[in-house]
Amino acid sequence: MTLPDNLSRRAMFVKLGILFNGIIATLLAIPILRYVLAPVRRARKVGYDTWLSIGSLEQFPAGQTRLGTFRNPDVHPWDGKTAYSACWVRRIDEHTFQVFAINCMHLGCPVRWFPQSGLFMCPCHGGVYYEDGARASGPPERGLFEYAYKIEEGKLYIKAGELPTPVSPDKPSALVDMSGKQSCA
Amino acid sequence: MRLMQQIGEWLDERLQLAATLRETAEHPVPRETASWFYVFGSAALVVFVMQIITGILLAVTYVPSAGEAWNSLQTLNHSIAFGWYIRALHGWGSNFMVAIVLIHMVQVFLFGAFKYPRELTWIVGIFLLLMTLGMAFSGQVLRFDQDAFWGIGIGASISSRIPIVGPWIVYLLLGGPIIAGSTLSRFFALHVFVIPGMLIAFIGLHLLMVLKLGINEWPMPGRIVRKSAYIKEYHELTKKDGIPFVPGAVYKDIFFAGCVLLTLAIVAAYFGPFGPSGRPDPTIIQTAPRPDYFFLWLYALLSLLPPQAETPALLIGPVIAILFLLLLPFLFGEGEKSWRRRPIAVLTILLVAVVLGTFTDLAGHPPWSPVMDAWSGDPIPQQFLQNRSALERQGALIFQLKQCHNCHALGDEGGKRGPALDNVALLLTPDQLIRQVIQGGGNMPAYGKNLSPPETTALVAFLKTLHPAGQPPARNASRTIAAEPVANPPTSTNR
Repeated sequence: MTLPDNLSRRAMFVKLGILFNGIIATLLAIPILRYVLAPVRRARKVGYDTWLSIGSLEQFPAGQTRLGTFRNPDVHPWDGKTAYSACWVRRIDEHTFQVFAINCMHLGCPVRWFPQSGLFMCPCHGGVYYEDGARASGPPERGLFEYAYKIEEGKLYIKAGELPTPVSPDKPSALVDMSGKQSCA
Repeated sequence: MRLMQQIGEWLDERLQLAATLRETAEHPVPRETASWFYVFGSAALVVFVMQIITGILLAVTYVPSAGEAWNSLQTLNHSIAFGWYIRALHGWGSNFMVAIVLIHMVQVFLFGAFKYPRELTWIVGIFLLLMTLGMAFSGQVLRFDQDAFWGIGIGASISSRIPIVGPWIVYLLLGGPIIAGSTLSRFFALHVFVIPGMLIAFIGLHLLMVLKLGINEWPMPGRIVRKSAYIKEYHELTKKDGIPFVPGAVYKDIFFAGCVLLTLAIVAAYFGPFGPSGRPDPTIIQTAPRPDYFFLWLYALLSLLPPQAETPALLIGPVIAILFLLLLPFLFGEGEKSWRRRPIAVLTILLVAVVLGTFTDLAGHPPWSPVMDAWSGDPIPQQFLQNRSALERQGALIFQLKQCHNCHALGDEGGKRGPALDNVALLLTPDQLIRQVIQGGGNMPAYGKNLSPPETTALVAFLKTLHPAGQPPARNASRTIAAEPVANPPTSTNR
């Protein structure tokens, strides 16, 4: 076996050694990157958004807007109270609801409902929304995020599980089950 | 004494470090750099070491779990001897750290120390500043209270606006679909392992370059930096007019670092630890999150920017600012160092300081946030109610009940989101008042759906009384003209 003059046996071994380590590093990078990017990959699977019960219909009298709470689907035992989220439930009439995220669509602070003036107000930068979630004033560029909902066996379900951000898809198609008896979940 | 010397000699025979250390300590520095202006870098280092010590002490008790972190802070605050003080030292230490790093940066900038051959020292310094701010933010997250919880939400909202990859970055930041245990674990790893590790490495690099290239000489007006001649000139300066760093200059560093530590110890003892504020329960929404003080200017900026400009400013602004700082030594790598000959540099610093100071000050009493309990907590001052008719007082009641007071001040009480209404009757005629109340506009919600006609009448009747005594309220001039008998009536009418 002949070698070029400038490549000694030892120098070649060094290069082979580096190549060997490079291959191992590439192989190890796959599980490491998969581990680090796990939250992104999981987001593309189903399960982040699930139908979640926020209680029986009696909790939400018609014509009023009340705070609802629900337990997120993708949680761990050590999440404590952060496993729960809140939402604003507006019952327009017997079968028509609007369920809003509590997060202001400016920067995500929790908006508060003022029934007297029929407004949601944000304590952070003064975003204000009307009772139907539409933007009234302040820095938000859009209305409140609205969850899809359905009524089943006297309970109100919303499709949730993910922190709504200003770029979350606007007003998902509301799936309303008016019969109240079918179970098609 | 002899034993100590023997141990020392035994160690050095094996370590072989004494000569190097002595040489490093006694390296010559220009005489004028033994100055009180040159102490901020070493002070930042001392506070950083302090942060490492107190950080390790906190880690002994702190539990990085979303369910338990807040409780472990309560334990630190109340159940462990001086746990509160270690927390206070670490919290105030982070404020000191940010402040001293900024002062150090301003001094280095004004003294032209970023110019040839210290460009890389400056660039590494910029990364150190970013990491320091990263530590400040992630540290605020570890104080897992309501402010921290909603603070991450704000971080997520900002990140989500990045085009295309925004949602993915939110998932990476939160470690999942919501702010929960995975989020806290991520920030714990960042705050305790990743960023401190990088900080230590970069500080080492920064210090190595200061030693190798020598400390920046005192800038003299007219002493121009030229790449061809600078190194030779600097060595002549240190040879001709240099003093050994130890003890010639170091005593000022030591003294200043001592003063900083003493101030930190006193401030921490007097003011105590930061929070934690309320429990991080997402279903408790009676909260008004505020960032820690070094991000208050950002909080102010985010509410003062026009909405359309916000996303570009948030995403492009920092990139431009950091790029400019990184490119600075390449754009202005030669020439004058003295601030006396660099008016634009001085003005830039003044401008940035005034802007940041103003924003921070504004954020201390934010005029853009509605006062959420003014409608029930801040009564209308008496002078606006005396000698008013029943209808007008009913209007005042509507003013409170419909939360107008949350955004509009009367007699300096209430919100400042909208204009104060003390003199509103001077500015708007009754018709304009009705229109404004019902239709809103100019950043005010429309109240048409939530005010009955009698309520509107009463409210406007009250608003009409809001003018100083002796000054007549605004009136529609055309009405007056229309009401006056016309001398020459139009010849044709439509009737």
